[in-house]
Amino acid sequence: MITEKKQRQGAKTSPKSRAKDEKPQSGNGRVAIITGNEAAAHAARLCRVQVVAAYPITPQSAVVENLSKFVESGELKAEFVTVESEHSALAVCIAASTVGARVFTATSANGLAYMCEQIHWAAGARLPIVMCCVNRAMAAPWNVLNDQQDSMSQRDAGWIQIHCRNNQEIFDTVVQAFKIAERVHVPVMVCYDGFLLSHTVMPVCLPRQEDVDRFLPPYTPHTLLDPADPRNLNQVTLADPRVNSEGVLCHGYMELRYLHQEALVGAREAIVAVDREFDQCFGRRWGGMVWGYRDEDADVCLVAAGSLTMEASTAVDMLRAEGIAAGVVGVRAYRPFPVEELIAALKKARLAVVFDKSLSYGYEGPICADLKAALFQSEAAPAVFGCIAGLGGRDVKARQLADAVRNALKQYDNGQRTAPPAWIDCRI
Amino acid sequence: MATRILDLPAEEYMLPGNRACAGCGLGIGLRHILKAFDGKCIMAVPASCLTVLGGMYPSSSVLVPWMNVVFPSTAAAASGLVAGLKATGREDIPVLAMAGDGGTADIGIQALSGAAERNTNFIYICYDNEAYMNTGTQRSGMTPLGVRTTTTPVQGKQQPPKDMPRILEAHGVPYIAMTCPSFPTDLYDKVKKAIGIRGTRYLHMATPCPAGWQYNPKDTVEMGRLAVETGSVVLFEIEHGAFRLTSRSKKLAEQGELMPVREYMERQGRYKNLDEATIAAVQQWIDRRWEDYVRRDAESAQS
Repeated sequence: MITEKKQRQGAKTSPKSRAKDEKPQSGNGRVAIITGNEAAAHAARLCRVQVVAAYPITPQSAVVENLSKFVESGELKAEFVTVESEHSALAVCIAASTVGARVFTATSANGLAYMCEQIHWAAGARLPIVMCCVNRAMAAPWNVLNDQQDSMSQRDAGWIQIHCRNNQEIFDTVVQAFKIAERVHVPVMVCYDGFLLSHTVMPVCLPRQEDVDRFLPPYTPHTLLDPADPRNLNQVTLADPRVNSEGVLCHGYMELRYLHQEALVGAREAIVAVDREFDQCFGRRWGGMVWGYRDEDADVCLVAAGSLTMEASTAVDMLRAEGIAAGVVGVRAYRPFPVEELIAALKKARLAVVFDKSLSYGYEGPICADLKAALFQSEAAPAVFGCIAGLGGRDVKARQLADAVRNALKQYDNGQRTAPPAWIDCRI
Repeated sequence: MATRILDLPAEEYMLPGNRACAGCGLGIGLRHILKAFDGKCIMAVPASCLTVLGGMYPSSSVLVPWMNVVFPSTAAAASGLVAGLKATGREDIPVLAMAGDGGTADIGIQALSGAAERNTNFIYICYDNEAYMNTGTQRSGMTPLGVRTTTTPVQGKQQPPKDMPRILEAHGVPYIAMTCPSFPTDLYDKVKKAIGIRGTRYLHMATPCPAGWQYNPKDTVEMGRLAVETGSVVLFEIEHGAFRLTSRSKKLAEQGELMPVREYMERQGRYKNLDEATIAAVQQWIDRRWEDYVRRDAESAQS
């Protein structure tokens, strides 16, 4: 993991030169100046998705609109099902995937929550569905702006969840997601921040169709519903194993859940491998499970997921200028949780400050809580302080993150190992 | 030309033995539905008595591919099957969505309305046993007036049922039918006809339930017949907007008289100790609807 980070980050760089490093190289494709939503739609198109079903919701709507345009204009040969709700959108994807189609959908916030039972079903049925979650705050009260409460609230449903930090990563991750999902038979939720990425234009390299085809071969399902070979899928399954009509002992519910967990934990390898394969094809990689910025000699690590890591990177440069050896550890895959990768990345740090754009109400930020649990296995665990930032679209500035780190350092110097979450810029 | 009982195909697509209750009307219905399909369809089935009938992993009681889906999304899942089969070049396989009255008229009505508005190319069969039978006979939107259920335990249901065929008619779908497993050839012929039509085809199958209606399981076929004799259930079809009474209901219209509904209600424990005013209200509701059906049948015949 560390090796990958080195390869990607190269020498310690400032945000400016980092941005230059990350400038998309067109290679054999073309560079388009597009939003995150457009990047997601183009990725689905180039993955040759066969069935799309989605229901519009701010800030995801442009994904649906762009895909409708691709299908109606004939650029994408697919069935677009204009469903009457998000609940039905995922129902269509589940059914179409069950008969062997490559499927795609996208949603946000209340739309994601409305899908909830289907989200569990898609995972339990082990279908390689790819869904973008354009992260938005949950109501009530109504708020259409960004935080990550929506996808975080679905973290235990059994999906792979990957967070993106810019529009190129959205495009690349959607393409990678189909390969990962179809390899491990677990659905993938590609999460990116509403408005901050969904509505912000950036240069994105769109590869040629033949190159994507080479990277992502057509989907071949392991089970196909067909009258010639009738099967009854996902029927009532008891806790204990039972014998079928041929005398073969078949799994009970608990064994099926164990295999699901095995697949999700094992997905770590697939996520890293697919990122590497992607690099070989397209010359870009995103760190697999986690990535870092100026973290190799960091004494203090800022931990976050999504676009907030860009502000964190700027904060790191500010802190470095003051002589604080700070770095960023970016959580790319949130499920499966990168336990080993985070332990390794934080081995040398004495302090980790985690910035969550969501909250497990009654406890603390979910990334913070999960990180603390992961570090329990580490012999060289840093102190961990959590911060809640940017809820409901509250703007987060790099200097506020730097302040939060300085405060945490003070507490650390006073002998504290942790503290209740600090609320950044909460004016109460 | 109506199929005669002896002309029904001998092939069976239901295996001997299933997990339905003794005397279940749904089992009789499904048997004839699958005969009409020659076993060539893919089913979408939500949480319901049908899920139970289908059996527990790793065994199944039917010889057709069957996809279980969440309770509210039968029609959406069936839309997904249609889209997926088309996208993968297997459009020739018919899709059969089948749900109970709760899964259709209550929790599933949104997905059904959406799919019907899109005129999605599938056959949807609602088997209506007039309450949430799989969870123990709770009231549904299809429970008739006066019926005692476990959620209308003292006074009985205070409202008449929804008119599902009329709701589907308002969506302009090409084929709608009301049928009953006690008339297997009526059921068989309607499914056969539906298979030959494109778009959303909706069949409503009135399905007697000994456990929920509280009658002797041996009387299921008779209970369905009594429902039709009294006009509590009316057999008809609406093909591209043209209404037509069928089989026994057609004959009853020609004879001009229905059996009093009291004789049907007295046979079922769910109507026990019903007061005279409610019986009269049920009779009135049936008479008004019957008059409407007979009028529509005559109007269609004229045009």
